Amino acid sequence: MTMRRLVGLILFAVAGAALASEGVRLVHAPSNRLDVESLQRGARNFVNYCLNCHSAQYMRYNRLTDLGLSEKQIQENLMFASDKIGSTMTVAMTRADAAAWFAAAPPDLTVEARVRGRDWLYSYLLAFYRDEKTPTGWNNLVFPNVVMPHALWNLSGEQQLVEKEFENLDKAEAASIAAEGMALVEPALGGKYIVKTLAQGTPGTLSSVEYKRFVADLVNYLDYMSEPVKNERINIGIVVLIYLGVLFGLVYALKRDYWAELH
Amino acid sequence: MQRLLSWIDARFPLTKLWEDQWGKYIAPKNFNFWYYFGSLAAFVLVLQIVTGIFLTMTYKPDATKAFESIEYMMRDVPAGWLIRYMHSTGASAFFIVVYLHMFRGLLYGSYRKPRELLWIIGCFIYLTLMAEAFFGYLLPWGQMSYWGAQVIVNLFSTVPYIGEDLGIWIRGDYTISDVTLNRFFAFHVIAIPLLLLILVAVHLMALHEVGSNNPDGIEIKKQPKDPKTGIYLDGIYSHPYYTIKDLVGVVFFLIIFSIVVFFMPDVGGYFIEANNFIPADPLKTPEHIAPVWYFTPYYAILRAVPSFLGSQFWGVLAMAASVVIFIFLPWLDRGAVKSIRYRGTLYKSWVAIFVVCFLVLGYLGTVPVTIWGQFTGGWADALDTKDKATWLARLLTLVYFLFFLLMPWYTARDKTKPVPERVKWP
Repeated sequence: MTMRRLVGLILFAVAGAALASEGVRLVHAPSNRLDVESLQRGARNFVNYCLNCHSAQYMRYNRLTDLGLSEKQIQENLMFASDKIGSTMTVAMTRADAAAWFAAAPPDLTVEARVRGRDWLYSYLLAFYRDEKTPTGWNNLVFPNVVMPHALWNLSGEQQLVEKEFENLDKAEAASIAAEGMALVEPALGGKYIVKTLAQGTPGTLSSVEYKRFVADLVNYLDYMSEPVKNERINIGIVVLIYLGVLFGLVYALKRDYWAELH
Repeated sequence: MQRLLSWIDARFPLTKLWEDQWGKYIAPKNFNFWYYFGSLAAFVLVLQIVTGIFLTMTYKPDATKAFESIEYMMRDVPAGWLIRYMHSTGASAFFIVVYLHMFRGLLYGSYRKPRELLWIIGCFIYLTLMAEAFFGYLLPWGQMSYWGAQVIVNLFSTVPYIGEDLGIWIRGDYTISDVTLNRFFAFHVIAIPLLLLILVAVHLMALHEVGSNNPDGIEIKKQPKDPKTGIYLDGIYSHPYYTIKDLVGVVFFLIIFSIVVFFMPDVGGYFIEANNFIPADPLKTPEHIAPVWYFTPYYAILRAVPSFLGSQFWGVLAMAASVVIFIFLPWLDRGAVKSIRYRGTLYKSWVAIFVVCFLVLGYLGTVPVTIWGQFTGGWADALDTKDKATWLARLLTLVYFLFFLLMPWYTARDKTKPVPERVKWP
């Protein structure tokens, strides 16, 4: 057997062990790590709406100069919880108090984007709906029975849950694919399947498009905050690769030269 | 300069050491692609030690500060992110390189006489490397670090009679705690690396004593010497020829390595897991605990073995056996030839099957056992588990062991081709 056939066989076997997916189908987050204005809006959204319950205790305020802001701008517009530009984004609420009040302490959000991923965060913030059965009156299609209330509800307005029943899994999945945006397929009694989707109810102060923009900016910022060095890392990487490419050419030519004398 | 060297040589065999170990070492001239991974493994070892030294300058082995110290490194320490990503990528790269290096041994029978001891030392290096990776993985003190360590230490707790005490002895506590973190740090930064360096030195000395195998499995030392050069017909000096060739390998490796470090340091959660960005929480078990990819074939074997007489110890035994069994290869292989080039279909097929087993087990170890659903129907009730993935893992585990246990039979029975006198060149 040639090596090529062996490798082909291996690749085939690995491809055969393909993934099966579960849970709600997420929507793609339209974020752009190079869009500085979006990141600035995201930072504003974050300090205004998130940084009351959630901390970002590894993120320093002065790091926001990455986003084209001066220290003065940061101090005047984004610092409500601290007055030292070099301090981290902490909140006054203690973890113990938070756990007692919310049943679970709101997680620190510094690296949350690396835990959940952009698409998950984007979908999650678009997936709150009214549910009278929960203590907060809100529920979430992406994170069922989450204890976090819908903190952005006056912006987004209210969504309602829409449930449709289908006879079998194939029909349910077809319907979930046909539904634009998020859809969750769940088994129901009698071998049937339910497809859960969301519909806009009472509107908020932002239109649906504006709210999505708001969340996209916020997610873009969360992603930046989870690894502020990302843009720099990629830029350095390009230079490193060019350098190594040239070095490879030289070293390879040297090798050819040395080995040419062997018979 | 020359006078300084002779001054040293009169007091320490510096020139002799260099010439024995590399400068005048004679290697077969027909090394191919698979022969890059030995020098690459040495290169990655150096990379890990150097980056590791810099990491310890910022890292704090303290349960309340470890996670924070790493985020500090990633954000506030100049180039801290680069050092850290190089180290985390280096860990996975080490295993990739070592697995390919071991696979080379399998392809060309490098473990066969007279290289049995060389192979055994190599197996010890592999075991030591696994320990090094395991201890190091706790240090970021994320959820996966914590629960991964919990799972692996619990493996030792399944040992009959002494298991419970053994677990406490390893952890130094009843759970994974600050005490555990401190001792794992000690093991990761000094005890195991020291052992690793000694073993690598011994491995290299043994190699340069017996001489390298090659893709044709021909012993070049049995050849007559070339009257012109005074060395074996198919041999060349490793310096400068393999020095420069391995350098090409190192630069090529660095290109791949840099693509990961600079553009995809997480590799979709395989090199750095998403759950490890949540600080360790002893009260919250993650939904799905899986070790890092390089342990997953063995983890799949562990999970595949059913409990017996109310004990999970059998799975642990099977897992240990699946790693240790490599040591016995020199005596399991009864083939008339060394290299796969001259072996028959039987051996070639078994190697292919083994590779598929290893990779699919590796994949199964990363996913929950429920990934492919369950068997249904009345007959399924008779099974101890209905998970389809578990049953496939069991089949693959069986085949994994059969590859080794049937080896004396199929290698002896295999129709081999005659081995030529000289290596294939060019």
